[in-house]
Amino acid sequence: MQQQFLSQGMIPSQAPALDKSLPFLYSPAAGTWDEMIDQHGAIRPHWKKFHSMLQNDGVQSMDIHERTVARLLRDHGVTYNAYQDTGAAGRPWNLDVIPVLLSANDFSEIEKGMQQRVRLFRAILADIYGPQRILHDGLIPPRMLFANPGYLRAAKDIEVESGLMSTIATDLIRAEDGSWLALADRTQMPSGLGYSLENRIVLSQAYPREFKNCRIQRLAAFFERERDHFRELAPAYRRQLNVVMVTPGPQHRSYFEHAFKARYLGFPLVEGADLTVRDRRLYVKTLEGLRQVDVLVRRMEDHSCDSLELEADSWSGIPGLLESWRAGKVSITNGIGSGLLEAPAWLPFLPSICQSLLGEDLLIPAVPTWWCGQKNECEMVMNDPRKWVFKRAFYDTDRPAQSASSMTEGDLKQLLASIQADPEQWVAQQSRTLSTAPMWVDGALQPRPFVLRTFALGTMRDCFVMPGGLGRVSPEKAGFLVTINAGAISKDVWVQADGEVDQKTLLGGHQEVLRIARPPGDVPSRIADHLFWLGRYAERLEQTSRVLRMLSQRLTGEGSEDQMREIAVGLRLAKEIKLLDTAFDNNAQILTIQEEIHALLEDPKREGGIADLLGRLRFNAASARDRLSDDTWRLFNRLMDETLVKISPYALPDMIAKLDRIILDMAAFSGMQLENMVQGHGWRFLEIGRRIERGMASASFNHAAIEISTDDDAVLGPMLEIFDSTMTYRRHHFARPKLLLVLDLLILNAANPRSLHYQLEAMHRQVKLLPDESSLGGELKAREEIEGMIAAVNKIDLKSIENNARKTTILLEFCEYFSAQLEKFSDHLTEDYFSHTTRRSR
Amino acid sequence: MRYQIIHSTICRYDSPVTVCHYHAKLIPRRLPFQNCPWHEMTIRPEPLQRFVRQDAYGNATIYFEIEGAHEELEVISSSFVELEEFVLPASEKSPTWKQIRDQCDAERWTAGSSASEYVCPSPLIRTNEELRTYARDSFPAEMPILQGALDLNHRIYNDFTFDPTATNVATKIEEAWEKKRGVCQDYAQVMIACLRSLGLPARYVSGYLETQPPPGKEKLIGADASHAWLSVWCGEDLGWIDMDPTNDIMPSTRHVTLAWGRDFSDVSPLRGVTLGAGNQSILIAVDVMPQK
Repeated sequence: MQQQFLSQGMIPSQAPALDKSLPFLYSPAAGTWDEMIDQHGAIRPHWKKFHSMLQNDGVQSMDIHERTVARLLRDHGVTYNAYQDTGAAGRPWNLDVIPVLLSANDFSEIEKGMQQRVRLFRAILADIYGPQRILHDGLIPPRMLFANPGYLRAAKDIEVESGLMSTIATDLIRAEDGSWLALADRTQMPSGLGYSLENRIVLSQAYPREFKNCRIQRLAAFFERERDHFRELAPAYRRQLNVVMVTPGPQHRSYFEHAFKARYLGFPLVEGADLTVRDRRLYVKTLEGLRQVDVLVRRMEDHSCDSLELEADSWSGIPGLLESWRAGKVSITNGIGSGLLEAPAWLPFLPSICQSLLGEDLLIPAVPTWWCGQKNECEMVMNDPRKWVFKRAFYDTDRPAQSASSMTEGDLKQLLASIQADPEQWVAQQSRTLSTAPMWVDGALQPRPFVLRTFALGTMRDCFVMPGGLGRVSPEKAGFLVTINAGAISKDVWVQADGEVDQKTLLGGHQEVLRIARPPGDVPSRIADHLFWLGRYAERLEQTSRVLRMLSQRLTGEGSEDQMREIAVGLRLAKEIKLLDTAFDNNAQILTIQEEIHALLEDPKREGGIADLLGRLRFNAASARDRLSDDTWRLFNRLMDETLVKISPYALPDMIAKLDRIILDMAAFSGMQLENMVQGHGWRFLEIGRRIERGMASASFNHAAIEISTDDDAVLGPMLEIFDSTMTYRRHHFARPKLLLVLDLLILNAANPRSLHYQLEAMHRQVKLLPDESSLGGELKAREEIEGMIAAVNKIDLKSIENNARKTTILLEFCEYFSAQLEKFSDHLTEDYFSHTTRRSR
Repeated sequence: MRYQIIHSTICRYDSPVTVCHYHAKLIPRRLPFQNCPWHEMTIRPEPLQRFVRQDAYGNATIYFEIEGAHEELEVISSSFVELEEFVLPASEKSPTWKQIRDQCDAERWTAGSSASEYVCPSPLIRTNEELRTYARDSFPAEMPILQGALDLNHRIYNDFTFDPTATNVATKIEEAWEKKRGVCQDYAQVMIACLRSLGLPARYVSGYLETQPPPGKEKLIGADASHAWLSVWCGEDLGWIDMDPTNDIMPSTRHVTLAWGRDFSDVSPLRGVTLGAGNQSILIAVDVMPQK
């Protein structure tokens, strides 16, 4: 019905025209394949239903879809750390609101091709790390293998029954005729599966009706097979098998995906430091001792896996892992050494290798690619360099492809010189106009260069291809480098079902995440460590916010004498917890104080300030991410979003409002901690961390109060406010605050959840339940210490102190004792339970 | 020649180590001109078990783990080795260096291909233009490979100063090259880089050298040392020929071969990762004692 508008005769093919009155139609560039519109301008059959639903609902609905997508991504906290080494926060994940639809035929082609690719890659790995027949038969140039840093000599001759590889990913593009060409392969720990699942969850919620009507294949079955496969890799004799997923940690670019997938599949997520090899068996260090690992699902790069045999740094690598693998005591997937095949230098040789190893034609040919280590090929490429895109021959994430066609003369000369100097290190890949897919840009569909990442899983018997994928489109009209690192937008990929839609789902209509209950003792020590610090920083954030809020509120007033004295007290308290330098002038001008508070609120470089604490909170929360509930995450995400808004140093009300929000969010977090978390060992450390911090704050603030005050309202009022105990005090005493009564409430009263005594009792309850000597070995000092402190607090008799001439000294000593003891208790707890954090050295 | 060799390593840690994992490449290789009828390694504290296998280069590799707090680790490797005199082939009759280079650059598997692994960059050794320029002087157009390599061996010996304080095991060759100072590891790796820069295959060899006391003095116990040198591939007939640029000689009956690989990282005699150690000090003593 729409064709007549878009026939090629009517629209200049070079510059696709955009008609704002037809936001759902566009004209693809001539000679380029477009996913939605064919060369005659017609909507392709498998898009028709979806397209007409979009068009009928109109542009307004697209706004709604866009908002839904943005909200869901934010709620789920989907991030990607593009610049993983800078320590910057991950940037939000970009998902286009339009999916890419593939027909059943499209998919069946991909499916056959990818199944073959899994078989082929398995055969190549078995050969290269075994007899090296393809090398000796002359199918690959020897230097192409030997110069590849991905060829791990340490993996040579390791016999792995299950093959080295489970999951692979291949980036595909479409040729002009619509056939698929391979651009690159990811073979060691392909990323994107988790993101594509997340994309699906989001888009299927944004388009519930469309999704159902278009008969789209679901992804759940693929992930279920993946999970089953990981379990089948375990040695048969082990009854209670243990599968863990290992990640380099929150700084990794795809950490979100690691945590998401681990949780989705129900496997614990650990880091290298959580694992240890003993007697050639692999174990995870839990709070209750070592627990053997049967299957290691690897999200760490080949070279980072073993600090004994590979170049891994001694902190994240697992010394002895290769020996354990060699001995057949653990299964690792994808096998170490499988990164070998990520080198684009393999692409030109795959057709003949496929013939030789499988006796078949390669079903998905590559974009024409040449390895510059071959003389004739290199010469040919150098003679006409503008036709090529140059890539590192041995995959290197940090050095993206360079397109010679658009380079300046100078740049090209430089590039060619570096190729000439080291031809082995380069491949040339034919430069082509990428096919396009529709993207929603500025209120209309527009064609954008499109790359499809597909995923395949080889199990012991079969091979499955995910009916979907991770699509990427370039935001530029003529982008050639469509990678997430370079800023591409991701897309959900909808594969139309031929027959019945597989109704199996891990996520139901909405949220029904399939999880496996974990044994209670399954808390890696490192996770407990992070939870402990999460508790401490959450509490410190709250205390700090309360002090700053108290000060800010006093600054807004009319500057009465009382207020000025309260400000002085606030400054003193801030110094006591080292928020302010002791040199900070008590007679400072209001404006200076205000600027100081602003710096403490906004400047991430101010140690102990709000921005700094938020960073620490986020780091520890991220490191223990798979232990926190979805709602807790939502809360953290909201907190981080809210605190991103920058405030002017002179907008006191805004500062107070921001502090208010933080205090309330922290209250919500402690509520969730209490109500929404299973109270296992992990939770215990969160709780103890919070209690230690609150106990320390109590000791410090009371110390300051005793030092400066007699019974002064200006001191005690703010104190009660910071401890949120003003109302309690009034109810108890109906009188103006008196020091000893305040101390009684804030230190001794075991019923006040803000008192020191209360913190000690709460810690004692949890410490008693922690694993003891019998399961850990060695003596545990932390428990004795907490009991000592409780005995000390019980001995304090305020009545008799009141009449003592050395009253102030005695009280100060009490506070100092508790500060020191709590510090010691924290150290010993660390020593008893997280001692693995001592550094490894080589 | 027959030698008894005792190589002892003692690591002392500042604070107790609870777990450690080690690889030792301390068993002398069996070669046409080298035999090792007996080898023994004692480790204290005693590891639970130890495992021996061959690595990708055929070097015997012993793996052991020690569990339980300890502040000192002692590894004593003892062996008997028999060496036969190595007869130097006529160097001017060896193939030209260009023939060797081309054999190793073949795009399909040939006799030179297995050596071509040792032309490629390795974890510790990369080449650069400066090294290439330096190396070229030893290899005029028709220079036989062996003759050129001997010349390079000699020049490096002359241009470098032996200086144990200038470098350590982790020093990159660029730095050693810059300083023109270092120990056997630096001499060997610089020469390997020079050869590889011309497309010639060279591998790193670790082993021992019997030292001779200064004239008139008694030989001191423990005065010998772990040593390192290199091999150059000189074509199918001659195979791999050893060079020792630290001493400007061709190894013969005083060099005992332990292991070889692309560079030091492949053959490190004792490499370990410890959990819980602060600083550590390492004492190494080697005795290469000629036997009657």
